[in-house]
Amino acid sequence: MYNPTVARLTYRAVLGRRRAAILFILPALLLAISVAVRSFNGVDDQIAANVLGGFAIAAMVPLIGVIAGTGSIAPEIDDGSIVYLLSKPVKRSSIIFTKLIVAIAVTMVFSAVPTLIAGYILNGNGQQIAIAYTVAALVASIAYSALFLLLGTVSRNAVVIGLIYALGWEAFFGTLVPGARTLSVQQWALALAEDIGGEGLIGSDVGLPVAVVLLSVVTVAATWYAGQKLRVLKLAGEE
Amino acid sequence: MSTQTPGAAPETTRIHNIGYRDYDGRRLGRAYVRRSLYVQSLRGAYGLGRSAKSKVLPMILLGLMVLPAVIVVAVAVATKATKLPLEYTAYALMLQPVIGLYLASQAPQSVSRDLRFKTVPLYFSRPLERVDYVLAKYGAMASALLIVTALPLVILYAGALLAEMDFADQTAGVAQALVSVALMSVLFAGIGLVLAALTPRRGFGVAAIIGTLTISSVAVTIVQAIAWETDSTDVIKWFGLFSPSTLIDGVQTAFLGATSGFPAEAGPDAGVGVLYLLVVLALIAGSYGILMRRYRKAGL
Repeated sequence: MYNPTVARLTYRAVLGRRRAAILFILPALLLAISVAVRSFNGVDDQIAANVLGGFAIAAMVPLIGVIAGTGSIAPEIDDGSIVYLLSKPVKRSSIIFTKLIVAIAVTMVFSAVPTLIAGYILNGNGQQIAIAYTVAALVASIAYSALFLLLGTVSRNAVVIGLIYALGWEAFFGTLVPGARTLSVQQWALALAEDIGGEGLIGSDVGLPVAVVLLSVVTVAATWYAGQKLRVLKLAGEE
Repeated sequence: MSTQTPGAAPETTRIHNIGYRDYDGRRLGRAYVRRSLYVQSLRGAYGLGRSAKSKVLPMILLGLMVLPAVIVVAVAVATKATKLPLEYTAYALMLQPVIGLYLASQAPQSVSRDLRFKTVPLYFSRPLERVDYVLAKYGAMASALLIVTALPLVILYAGALLAEMDFADQTAGVAQALVSVALMSVLFAGIGLVLAALTPRRGFGVAAIIGTLTISSVAVTIVQAIAWETDSTDVIKWFGLFSPSTLIDGVQTAFLGATSGFPAEAGPDAGVGVLYLLVVLALIAGSYGILMRRYRKAGL
């Protein structure tokens, strides 16, 4: 299933040249904020949970997920160079699977690792907060990568739609309509964090079993459907 | 064979004048090219003159911008309110995620594709200077943003007058807000175009623009909230200098009679407001400068 050549090309496409810069900015910002908060405020578990939950999980992970998930396939479809890949005797589903692995790896490295470091800076992993949010970031990375990879194969406006989902649906709509929160990757991932972290610091609207089931269903279904879409991909002309 | 013979009767060959004529009519010139490019880019920002598919997103976003204004007006007229439930100046900042999405989706289509398909040299083979291209694209993007941000204000204003609210108050309010959104449009257009012009890939341009706008404003908001919780209210206004939307918030708080969206409404006073305005103007000039630099060697 895993094709090293496809993986190498995808890594180059996602991380090559200036593109990696945008992936570095977010974690750098998180660390800067954490250092600032720690030096302003000292150790405070609640503030640590707020920063990690409000910035790392709510904004940074989905954004990196969008960039890595769509970035691993959408630009190739966009400029038509995907045909050179599709014309090789590699199964479409293994192309998707490989690109998914790459997207997950990139998202994890750029979101979970800084979350862990920020957690240690903020309160030295008091009440397991750093570990809890890191696990949430890891799990969310998988689901986001699968979702946004699917978006990349479905639509030419993948990035915009992904951002509308990540920022509009999860961040904005979720605060207005409580029901919307049960249908969000962020809350499913937080359900895991809730189980690990200290009492009352991390809240999720979804129970743990439901969250695990939904996460795996979404990931598997999105990957499978992306493979199907790639099998019947039509290269439309420019606009 | 005989025609190839060297030195054979050269006096018999001659070039016939078959009547080609030079064009000696009026040339439309640089200003015309610039205007055409401006109009084409502005129409393109709403998908006009492009495929039906590419009209969908800008129109949805424009609708999203206008919809709350229509609802507010409908409620205000139905309940016979004496003033609008929100300030004109607050509207654009409240809906800035939508503005950000609009900019992120349209700025790259305006410049990235010219770079990717290497059509920029074709533009410059016309009597068009670099400054014309940059000005036309910048102007078109700023105008497109101005339409997005000013249209709901006009609707609010019209609704307020229909509901027979105080004419002088409403006019002053909408005028201040229009100045503010004009400044916002130029600032955001500059930032968006610079980021879009850096990459020929549309997707990365979109991500870079939305990332810059969202992350900077989220980060500033978080830092301000923390400063507020720790009772250091007087540093809040200095943090506002670090994101485009809080810059606009600061300028309109200082000069345009707006209520600040900062925590504890600790917006800048006129003194610090001058600094805000200077930073905004510097950013605008900077974006223009970077664009000019970018196109010095573009695609050649």
